[in-house]
Amino acid sequence: MSVEAKPDTKAPRRRHATPPPGSESTLMRRTGDWARRGPLLPALVFMIIVTQLPFVVTIVVSFMDWNAYYPDERGFAGIDNFRRVITDANTRHAIWVTILLTAGVVLISLVFGLLIALLLDRKFRGRGVVRTMMITPFLVVPVAAALLWKHALYNPTYGLFNGVLKWLFGDNAPQPDWISNQPLWSIIFALVWQWTPFMMLILLAGLQSRPLDVIEAAGIDGANQWEIFRYMTLPHLRQYLELSALLGSIYVVQNFDAVFTITSGGLGTANLPYTIYQTFYTAHDYGRASAAGVIVVIGTIAIATFALRSVSTLFREETGR
Amino acid sequence: MSSQVTIVTGKKSRGGGFFLGGLAWIVGILFVLPVLWMLLTSFHSEEDAAKNPPDLGAPLTLDGYKSFFDTGPWPSIANSLTASILSTALVILLAFPAAYALSIRPVKKWTDVLFFFLSTKMLPVVAGLLPIYLFAQSVGFLDNIWLLIILYTSMNLPIAVWMLRSFLSEVPVEILEAASVDGANLPRTLRSVVAPIVTPGIASAALICFIFSWNELLFARVLTGTVAQTAPVFLTGFVTSQGLFLAKVCAASIVVSLPVLIAGFAAQDKLVQGLSLGAVK
Repeated sequence: MSVEAKPDTKAPRRRHATPPPGSESTLMRRTGDWARRGPLLPALVFMIIVTQLPFVVTIVVSFMDWNAYYPDERGFAGIDNFRRVITDANTRHAIWVTILLTAGVVLISLVFGLLIALLLDRKFRGRGVVRTMMITPFLVVPVAAALLWKHALYNPTYGLFNGVLKWLFGDNAPQPDWISNQPLWSIIFALVWQWTPFMMLILLAGLQSRPLDVIEAAGIDGANQWEIFRYMTLPHLRQYLELSALLGSIYVVQNFDAVFTITSGGLGTANLPYTIYQTFYTAHDYGRASAAGVIVVIGTIAIATFALRSVSTLFREETGR
Repeated sequence: MSSQVTIVTGKKSRGGGFFLGGLAWIVGILFVLPVLWMLLTSFHSEEDAAKNPPDLGAPLTLDGYKSFFDTGPWPSIANSLTASILSTALVILLAFPAAYALSIRPVKKWTDVLFFFLSTKMLPVVAGLLPIYLFAQSVGFLDNIWLLIILYTSMNLPIAVWMLRSFLSEVPVEILEAASVDGANLPRTLRSVVAPIVTPGIASAALICFIFSWNELLFARVLTGTVAQTAPVFLTGFVTSQGLFLAKVCAASIVVSLPVLIAGFAAQDKLVQGLSLGAVK
């Protein structure tokens, strides 16, 4: 309202001051626009140069024959790289692994995170201490966490898991080789351990923003705990669940540290980031790595557009102010 | 009437509360246990660390830390500190004015700009890695800490813009009007009027940027060598050695995680704001 009112009050005054009113006011508006844009430009230009320009190069290289081991054969390849990437069984497997890994980690840590947030939303002795213990896994450097799981927990000869089995069942206890038996689950569980605190923190903040008087009123009106959870808490939490799932997916889909450290992409656990890293860093096939990169970007854009449009009402509320 | 109801529900939740409080404690201990195990193992000798079943009462020693520091981790830790601190400073420097232009005096289509920033977070890092590598190689910028500083800045700038915008949009308009009436120009308004109000927001943004930069592995692994390698790269490198190394690995993991653990524990509430891009306060 105030924005519309301003031109009316200012325009007549200016008209008296300067003869050509139209050009002057557009000039004023234009300098005003640039004064507004000024503070934004450094960040925007920086982001475009550092994040968008490389992708343009990636697209160009994806249409080229370019392997650093055979520098003489550099040239235009057409869609060969894409055809090779899409028909390659390894790539298709990597896409599948990426989906399993992301969905597994995000869903399991979301459920754990919700349950633990509900536990921590209650008042009990030492709540602050438990909360601090809960967030500790998220504060361990990811590489260190992966090393911890691989060597100190999963290791078949001196890992803690098999040690506990020996404590419980004596010297004849089974001593499974966790990583070789279940390579993908080994990675998923190590990541769930790190991401559950993330989900828990956001969901706990959501729980604590519930309007308590309404819930008390529902309790007085005879609603039981389950009804309150199902019809009041869960709808309120929806945007927080969406937000934590979206942000968690953004990070987990790109996971490199755990795959690299725990299995080095072996035993069928190579996800897309690891596969592209290998194609480029070990095989030096630049054209093919770029084509895979372009495909990943297209896939991510498709999912992200859908995600941004349908989820995250919290952001929409924020930006709609 | 209502007081009677609260007494009844109070009684009911006290019995269940005891059980659920205990359950919360058990879950919390389970989650922290691997870290405690890592801490304990780091103080054991390599022989005791490799025992199965584990020997909890084994004598404590600093040998694991000694043999870790003997491998010369300090340059990589210094590199990590440099990259994290400088990129965080650069992020705040760029994000603060940008957030101002997206909230207090917004540009046209500011929501589009905001979502552009967020969309760069969704593009997989690995797809941009090759051109950056080729560029750095051609201009002799490989194995240079400044390359990481620039990349970490781009990695964290969207997060900081989102967070600071949500904090700035809570600054009362009256204060800004008063500042402009008093004749303060933009840099001065930002510095003396807006910045003090949003200091907590800046602190949360800085904390989260520091953590993400400190943790980063893929860029550092591909783009640095012996000179500019960071602490996470150093960690991945030294496990290949033969023989017993568990205590050493645990000691190394503790040392490298320590800055993040300290920063995170000290600012738990800021962590939530940062992780949710400022959407949760």
